[in-house]
Amino acid sequence: MVNYIWLFFIAVSFIAAIANGRMEALTEAAFEGAKSGVTVSFGLISVMVFWLGLMRIGEDAGLLRKIAVLLQPAIRFLFPEVPKGHPALGYIMSNMSANILGLGNAATPMGIKAMQELQKLNPDKETASAAMCTLLALNTSSITLVPTTLIAIRMTYSSAHPAEIVGTTLAATLIATAAAILADRWYRTRDKHKPPKWTDTHPSKHWADAKPQAPPGSAAGGQGKGEAVV
Amino acid sequence: MRPLYEWITTISAWLIPFMIVFIPLYAAFKKVPVYETFIEGAKDGFGTAINIIPHLVGMMVAISMFRASGAMDMMASLIRPLFDGLGIPSEVLPLGLLRPLTGAGSLAFTTELIKTYGPDSMIGRIASTIQGSTDTTLYVLTVYFGAVGIRRSKYALKVGLFSDLVGFFAAIVICLLVFE
Repeated sequence: MVNYIWLFFIAVSFIAAIANGRMEALTEAAFEGAKSGVTVSFGLISVMVFWLGLMRIGEDAGLLRKIAVLLQPAIRFLFPEVPKGHPALGYIMSNMSANILGLGNAATPMGIKAMQELQKLNPDKETASAAMCTLLALNTSSITLVPTTLIAIRMTYSSAHPAEIVGTTLAATLIATAAAILADRWYRTRDKHKPPKWTDTHPSKHWADAKPQAPPGSAAGGQGKGEAVV
Repeated sequence: MRPLYEWITTISAWLIPFMIVFIPLYAAFKKVPVYETFIEGAKDGFGTAINIIPHLVGMMVAISMFRASGAMDMMASLIRPLFDGLGIPSEVLPLGLLRPLTGAGSLAFTTELIKTYGPDSMIGRIASTIQGSTDTTLYVLTVYFGAVGIRRSKYALKVGLFSDLVGFFAAIVICLLVFE
């Protein structure tokens, strides 16, 4: 995908440059762009070094665990089918708290560990379970407290108030996350009430999907919670 | 609604200083050697920033050429009639398409907008907010599901793209309201 997008920009630029007679400007722009890429990356160093230093203090003080505890009720609500005390929940909480603090490098491994644990509960190893879809929804909309990269870029281009977008970003990210959770809930309940479709070439897999995802012991509790939400 | 916008402005001003003071104080209370820990963590920052260089250079070259060739203006003037009535600057619309597909590409596009129109222009603020408020859906899906061998992602992509769309318009509306 990235390959096509990159190629698209370059190829279209070439054609547009012919049409507009701007071939000289194109050469200049290519090298100017490369320079901007380096300038911006160097601008990131100051903010990244400072912020990751600060975040390490938070990590060592157990702040990630503290946030995880605060998130616990929300995560129980979002993942009703995962049995209480299952390791997946711990990884989901670490993933979420790392995301909130903007620690992408720490969030991804935790998210993948969570996926691996959810895969153990998944009856069909090639089709995403409802819990996996929820985890993905949370990560694609990822709540971030401080958009450090953007602050750094705004500083590089000498903004008068580099951090003035912190509040607007937080508000937008909360709305995007709320939308993700609502859409996820909607699909969950739809899947639960609708009989499985038979159009697929593997009908048996769809039946497996329609069954409760959690092990027998916890299935009843999980289902009940899911219904209460509707 | 006015108090809400003031809240958003207050958060922008207070959140970072609060974290800079609160985190070390809390850590000191937990008996963490704050300065040594800071230095230890800060070392990672350099590598993180340097690792972005190839991605950003590649994408900045493409986007910079796209602008200089006049293609970006042609594209914007094509979309303009659709969104002019709504008061949305059409320059940010390609960013909405790019954001879910490529993180580096949309970051480069945001940078180009900030560079051209200035970080404190409405376009610069909206682009910053859009870029900061969602993640690259396609990348996250590939990495997370790929890691455990999931081939059928069910409705996950739709949910991700829907939240990107909501986030995109939320960012525009919030910026227009707060920075009017």
